Amino acid sequence: MAVLEILTYPDERLKLTSDPVERFDQRLLSFIRDMEDTMRAGPGSVGIAASQVGRNIRVVIVDVSGKPDIKNHGKLTLVNPEIIQWDGLAVGREGCLSVPDYTGNVIRAEKIVVKAQDETGGQCEYEMEGFEARAAQHEIDHLDGLLFLDRLVSRRNDLFRRKVYKRSKHVNPGESNQEG
Amino acid sequence: MLTLVGEDRPGIVAGVTQALFDGGCNLGETSMMRLGGVFTIMMMTQHDGTTQSLKNIVQPVAKRLCLRFHVDNIEGRLHDHVEPEVRISVFGADRAGIVAQATGALADAGFNILHLESDVAGSEDKPIYIMQIEGVAQKGVEAVRKALETVAKEGIETSIEPIDTLIG
Repeated sequence: MAVLEILTYPDERLKLTSDPVERFDQRLLSFIRDMEDTMRAGPGSVGIAASQVGRNIRVVIVDVSGKPDIKNHGKLTLVNPEIIQWDGLAVGREGCLSVPDYTGNVIRAEKIVVKAQDETGGQCEYEMEGFEARAAQHEIDHLDGLLFLDRLVSRRNDLFRRKVYKRSKHVNPGESNQEG
Repeated sequence: MLTLVGEDRPGIVAGVTQALFDGGCNLGETSMMRLGGVFTIMMMTQHDGTTQSLKNIVQPVAKRLCLRFHVDNIEGRLHDHVEPEVRISVFGADRAGIVAQATGALADAGFNILHLESDVAGSEDKPIYIMQIEGVAQKGVEAVRKALETVAKEGIETSIEPIDTLIG
């Protein structure tokens, strides 16, 4: 077990765009294990991006399964993730291991479809909503050098903005077993 | 805690904070906003001097910008944030007593307000009152929900939702 050092704002490395992963080898697996250890060591963290520990590669871990009563896919390691569909908007409160002692409101898509590879390079696709979708968007932002600070909205926007919902059909019925 | 109020005009924040900076002060958490044509400022101000010496720094700029101000000597702590866990909205046709009624019920239900903003909107002949509150439900969310139901009976609409802060 290795807990890595978390970079904190204003460390310039957090602003870098991360490179795609091309080699799926033992080194990658070992790094992903360290990322997970680091995420679990942070209080209440539901995700981590490689760039938060100073490695500029496109890897994130998302795990919201510790939160009660929300839809989730368990622990997800997303390599080279790409959001291919967005739907709806919601305001929610976010904080970040890289921005201690501050939380703020951020608008995110309510539902997303993420295409990614797993830690061995296999293709996968997930339909996410709510808290899990928010976590994935937060972490994927890190790979593009963005922090939630870049997306803060004022509390005053809150009342009306969060009611802006769009409903849509399932885009990917094969992945919709979370509805059950 | 330095508090300033005065008729809104451009340059108040810049003028006041420059004077404080020139006077060797350091700012912490602040709240600054326009309320009904009046600009209001509350600032945690760190100043290595007396209350009077801080007043002397502020006096000229306050006079120039037509601001009234006062200084409270407090022991302010940074990095002492309390995370709100519940967000409440209260709104309805405007009338006197909405804030007192709603917050009275919340206080009885053990709710600690961390942040409250309210506004009068609608038109002049049909004003509506909108209040957003964030805080901590010290006796649980159910108690708060029940308290809000009693308020909602009297022509006010309320909603309550947990704030599930995501740390990523």
